Amino acid sequence: MFKKKECVAMLLAGGQGSRLYALTQKTAKPSVSYGGKYRIIDFPLSNCINSGIDTVGVLTQYQPLRLNEYIGNGLPWDLDRTFGGVKILPPYQGQGGADWYKGTANAIWQNMEFINQYDPEYVIVLSGDHIYKMDYAKMLAYHKKKGADCTIAVIEVPMEEASRFGIMSAYEDGTIYKFTEKPKNPDSNKASMGIYIFTKDKLEHYLREDSKDPASANDFGKNIIPAMLENKEKMVAYPFEGYWKDVGTISSLWEANMDLLGDSPILSLSDETWRIYSRHGASAPQFVGSDATVINSSVTAGCEILGEVRNSVLGPGVRVGKGAVVVDSVIMADVTVEDGACVSYAILDENVTVGKNATVGEPRETASDIAVIGADVSVAAGSVIPAGAMISEQV
Amino acid sequence: MTAAGLIFSNIHDTSIPEMTRMRTMASIPYGCRYRLIDFALSNMVNSGITNVGVIAHYNYQSLLDHIGTGKDWDLARRSGGIKILPPYITAYENRAAGKLYENRLEAVLGASNFINRCNADYIVLSDCDVILNIDLKKVVEDHIQSGAYMTLVGKKIPATETFEHAVNVLTADETGRLIDIAYYKPENEAVNVSTNIMVISRKELQNIVSESIARGYTSFTRDIISAQMATKLIRIYDFEGWAAHISSLEGYFKSSMELLNAEVRHDLFGSRDNRIYTKIRNSAPSKYTANAEVKNSLIADGCVIDGTVENCILFRGVRVGKGTVIKNCILLQDTYVGDNVSLNCVISDKNAMIKDGRNLSGHESMPFFLGKGQTV
Repeated sequence: MFKKKECVAMLLAGGQGSRLYALTQKTAKPSVSYGGKYRIIDFPLSNCINSGIDTVGVLTQYQPLRLNEYIGNGLPWDLDRTFGGVKILPPYQGQGGADWYKGTANAIWQNMEFINQYDPEYVIVLSGDHIYKMDYAKMLAYHKKKGADCTIAVIEVPMEEASRFGIMSAYEDGTIYKFTEKPKNPDSNKASMGIYIFTKDKLEHYLREDSKDPASANDFGKNIIPAMLENKEKMVAYPFEGYWKDVGTISSLWEANMDLLGDSPILSLSDETWRIYSRHGASAPQFVGSDATVINSSVTAGCEILGEVRNSVLGPGVRVGKGAVVVDSVIMADVTVEDGACVSYAILDENVTVGKNATVGEPRETASDIAVIGADVSVAAGSVIPAGAMISEQV
Repeated sequence: MTAAGLIFSNIHDTSIPEMTRMRTMASIPYGCRYRLIDFALSNMVNSGITNVGVIAHYNYQSLLDHIGTGKDWDLARRSGGIKILPPYITAYENRAAGKLYENRLEAVLGASNFINRCNADYIVLSDCDVILNIDLKKVVEDHIQSGAYMTLVGKKIPATETFEHAVNVLTADETGRLIDIAYYKPENEAVNVSTNIMVISRKELQNIVSESIARGYTSFTRDIISAQMATKLIRIYDFEGWAAHISSLEGYFKSSMELLNAEVRHDLFGSRDNRIYTKIRNSAPSKYTANAEVKNSLIADGCVIDGTVENCILFRGVRVGKGTVIKNCILLQDTYVGDNVSLNCVISDKNAMIKDGRNLSGHESMPFFLGKGQTV
């Protein structure tokens, strides 16, 4: 039970996710809802437990309340353990003073003591920004086989999009010889997925050196990886094939939700061999009324649909009133769309109320952009919220 | 005042043999995602009763699997929590050595360790075959205030209601005192039917246990309730909400279909303060395809619906194929319905499989029952 751990995971969950605007006003990006009953952080957490990693440190900083509450003791992910399990690691006050996490590398450096408790040989660094299913055990085996000091998971992206990512250039055997953050003229399409496995001693060494440099941004992509490359450490790229989506923008979050729909969806969450776990409330079953229509949609427990729902993803406890229409939209938990209201091409955050006969967004074919309503906002009866609106205050 | 709960998981198992062949009454699935015991357990937890003993008898593997640590009902506790009480048979002393209990009194006898140690002032006893959402705190308070020896929870049924089977009918005088209890099938009369929930002080329950051993009592209703109601105050507490008594497959069908009524549903599944809890299964949300046509149905998570579903109750993980039409059916967990199937008034137990093109129909008075894991 108290055996040392081979690999400890450190999950960077402190980012604001400012490009999600209204959706991250009250919560950090990793606790943004996805796919009805999930939150983004369910993916790295479920991947960990499914990969046999039972010790996860979650580094929080921005708006941590909902995230703390959500993770709790870690039981839903089977991460409620006597030794290890999931632990929330906020910034803290030490003898030398108190520091916020200054960068991704600094966040880990400030928690070296947490890692060392478990005496691991390897540390896997993850982020709470992506939707994907990945077996980290395979990546760790690759890291060991290659005798690497650092292994970076990479995915091939379309060449024209490569300039949005951290791009790796590697030899045939996987050895990385060049890493460029968001290159203007990329010479490869192997994008870093923000998943790193380090041999723990090397990680500790480079984090220590980095902490001594006042000019450093204390960032993995900007400082640690370049420093290791410069010193000719063995760094390899681990090629990943499969679904992986950065949900850092409104449109990518919307798309990732839509990827769950259709006859043969690009991403399936009902795969029994790789379950994605989440914390649930105790909702009653979903009810579809006599005059309701539900087509090409994903619906969660506690919903009550009396109107029409098409091409949409509904979270738990959503109510769609009589004559109301929800099309091409992502509706998060406990939203009420009252009778006669119309929601098209929109994202509604938790606990939003759309009043009677109100209109949110425009049909996708003609809309300029997705309309977004932040958590707890009530849209007054009869009001009209145009396409592309970003609402986080009462209207 | 403190109260502990005692739940009888097997009483009346024989009334619905189709579904209890491989499970206890307590673990019969109901309402898309629940099992009957969830209602008794949630009522207790929501009323602040967090020390609960569950008396098991036979076939209780599925019950153990369902309850687990009790965490899903917030009953995994250092102090109190949930305890499963399997049949208690001592090698030498128990006069029933070698055989399982046969009646409620013997069942209580087997739970005497729990009763003696639970350290509560009152015990709430409940069966699993009555489905309701009740605030037991009120019942216990009413019991204390009235100074009654025992309080039984009854549900008034209008004369228009028809009964398929006999029930325990309670008769009270104008003060609410029980003056008669009889087991029969009422016809065209307004009656007060027992929900088989009762409150008694722990001390009196201990007295009942020792008295029963001393005098060889065998029937709770006859030897305790009927025999004592003239001398001791046994009160009836009227429950106002929705309640269903599961006493047959037709009754199961009928009361399940009542969940399609919004009022019933809201009454039973409660709000924030009185939700019904159950074991978490981690199913993905349900998917409705482009061909889906769903009307007036209650659906659990984890379903994939590619056909027409009307007036149905679908449990977790049910798959409905293309071109398939399902009406008035209750399909339990992981039932697989192929393409171009037609079903009407069918109850399918867990993991049943209905292959492409099959055509099955029952009637609401006699639903077609497909057993656990059966293939058509």
